Amino acid sequence: MTDTASHHNPRDLGLKPLQTVDGTPLKVSLARAKRRARIRAVLLVMPLFLFILVTFFIPVFSMLMRSVENPVVVEVLPSTVEQLANWDETSGEIPDDDVFNALAADFKVAAVDKTAGKVGRRLNYEKSGFSSMFRKTARKIKKLEPPFKEGIIDIDKKWADVDYWRVLKRESREYTDSYFLTALDFTYTDDGERVLKGDDKRIYIDLFARTFWMSLLITGICLVLAYPVAYLLSTLPVRSSNLLMILVLLPFWTSLLVRTSAWIALLQQEGVINSLLVGAGVLDDANRLAMIHNQTGTIIAMVHVLLPFMVLPLYSVMKTIHPSYMRAARSLGANPYTAFVRVYMPNTVPGIGAGAILVFIIAIGYYITPALVGGQSGTMISNFIAYHLETSLNWGLAAALGAVLLVVVLILYFVYDRIVGVDNMKLG
Amino acid sequence: MKKLVTKTLIATAVATGMVGVASAQDLVVVSWGGAYTASQQKAYHEPYMAMNPDIKIVNDDSAGGAVAKLRAMQEAGNVTWDLVDMVASDAILSCDEGLIEEVNHDELLAAAPDGTPASVDFGDLIVSPCFIPQIVYSTTFGYRTDKVGDTPPTSINDVFDLEKYPGKRSLEKKPINNLEWALLADGVAADEVYDMLGTDEGVDRALAKLDTIKDSVIWWEKGAQTPQLLADGEVVMGSTYNGRLFSVIEEEKQPVAMMWDWQVFDLDGWVIPANGKNTEEVKKYLTFATDTQRLADQAKYISYGPARASSAPMVGKHATLGIDMAPHMPTAPDNATNTLLYNYEFWADNVDDLTEKFQAWLNN
Repeated sequence: MTDTASHHNPRDLGLKPLQTVDGTPLKVSLARAKRRARIRAVLLVMPLFLFILVTFFIPVFSMLMRSVENPVVVEVLPSTVEQLANWDETSGEIPDDDVFNALAADFKVAAVDKTAGKVGRRLNYEKSGFSSMFRKTARKIKKLEPPFKEGIIDIDKKWADVDYWRVLKRESREYTDSYFLTALDFTYTDDGERVLKGDDKRIYIDLFARTFWMSLLITGICLVLAYPVAYLLSTLPVRSSNLLMILVLLPFWTSLLVRTSAWIALLQQEGVINSLLVGAGVLDDANRLAMIHNQTGTIIAMVHVLLPFMVLPLYSVMKTIHPSYMRAARSLGANPYTAFVRVYMPNTVPGIGAGAILVFIIAIGYYITPALVGGQSGTMISNFIAYHLETSLNWGLAAALGAVLLVVVLILYFVYDRIVGVDNMKLG
Repeated sequence: MKKLVTKTLIATAVATGMVGVASAQDLVVVSWGGAYTASQQKAYHEPYMAMNPDIKIVNDDSAGGAVAKLRAMQEAGNVTWDLVDMVASDAILSCDEGLIEEVNHDELLAAAPDGTPASVDFGDLIVSPCFIPQIVYSTTFGYRTDKVGDTPPTSINDVFDLEKYPGKRSLEKKPINNLEWALLADGVAADEVYDMLGTDEGVDRALAKLDTIKDSVIWWEKGAQTPQLLADGEVVMGSTYNGRLFSVIEEEKQPVAMMWDWQVFDLDGWVIPANGKNTEEVKKYLTFATDTQRLADQAKYISYGPARASSAPMVGKHATLGIDMAPHMPTAPDNATNTLLYNYEFWADNVDDLTEKFQAWLNN
């Protein structure tokens, strides 16, 4: 077998392939060893991979799916949806008796199963009024006798409004883009066209922009504040740098709420800083500074919370930059500034990259601090995601907002990779 | 043979013992924590556990965001809560979603001492078939007595009057209540407020009124914020729940007083999660915990009004402060000259739409 193989290979003419001691060709043996190593690697990673799959990817994926899934209308009102297929929504007329009869039949089932309210809620996200319309109808449907069309309209006159029927027909599809439209400040017109919302109802695009702008600013301030501290920490002798490191880490060990409240006590108008300034005669009592319950306060408190995430990667990178680099630069004629900018700084880029991405990503998803001190101008997009998850129960919209945030972050990450290079990042 | 008998006896004894252990039951009751859970513990849980040594009531303080957690539990098919304390609007929402059980109020709840059926005793406060009212609370205003001179604010107009009462005000960062107050202060009659808010012009009018104080408002999201802002002197006046103001005034003795004009009544009560594991036991507990005496007892510990009409005359003194609680109830006649009841149907329909408008207004 080896003979024929070697005959086919002109370069090996007359030569036997290399073999291991037991006679197997080296190539085969090597492949085997490699396969074993691969299986071992897979097995070693498997527990963590499964863990992440089950606790992270599947939940995140199923949550994101809610931004397009829309099963509830067709599930609860199946025969109505079927009948509505024959209705021409552009006619300007409400549907005929067949549809109302189907509606009555569906509602009689839904009233027993208590599922009508769920549909009302779902449709109310699209048009105000569905909620009470469905609750009322479900309550009264049991006693309703034919003719159903008149009876149902009698229960709630909104059933005679063609606009409600249009929304009902539109949202009877199993997958919807309406959550994403809302998340991007678009809406459907009564004719079913997608248009940008009016000024008085546009909120999310501004909030996304503000969230990114504030996160960038916070990252920038963190970098400016953390760089000198990390430099100092990395150049001091171990004994004193350890002490300083504890000071940097101290905020980590304090509850987030305590830290945020401490900032309120410091920054508010009757707070410590304002009172000191007034006492010192710098400020007039009537013109105390508004430093909290606005964007300023949010940025200050968030910078404080996130600072360690910038100091630590910077420190760990600076620690590895040998002092002889700088000395070499100086001895080759560079002045201190040039040596710093041309030699030291480029060496810290991996730390800057890691710290900046860490701070930016955490800042973008922050919501407790903005909720407490954000006031009117410091709210961020995550406050709205939390609102729709906890209060309005509009999980579809929460998922759509989350998905938009995720996509924008991924785009930024891609851009970052192109400019700085992700390989260039170093956490320690 | 003898051995076998002994064994059987031992086995029987062990089995009986186990039955004894198994019948001691935990009921997980979810409420708001803090002073509120403490008032329920004293007025409801402790007497009930004393009467029923087999039952152990476990408090869980996660009522904030309970609707979302209940929905997650129902989707996972594992409901670990037995009873939940909710505001009425959340109860209506949860009932729509099928997350909680409908109840027959007259079957489940005790009649008043004079025999009035529960449904009549609670009256209009049963705003959803799933909801068992417990207390009436109100969202109203507190003001700093040392910052208003000799003429304390007495009307909702004063909240919007920056000349008479300069300084910051704190308002909740949501449209509910604020839009109503804006229209009332703008001269709209109370019975026309919701008709007006149902139109774009009405909403614009309310927002225009709020515009006049927008720069002087600190917007709060958590109920504890206004009491803190008042105590720190950050705001001249601010809206919050009346029980919170009571503790700032009577317990912490801060220079703060109540302004009850157009307080908005809201309800808080019990709901039973659907597919709960101890529904039967919980229903027995509920019969006890919502009777006339128990509801009146709760007012000894917190300044919220009992939801039963028959409980009102039985409200006594505060358990530790020793002051008469009746005048501190939002329902006391002197406090209730002008009141609104939270319009559940209106807000269930319009909350999504008006929240968008309100937020857009805030951001501009």
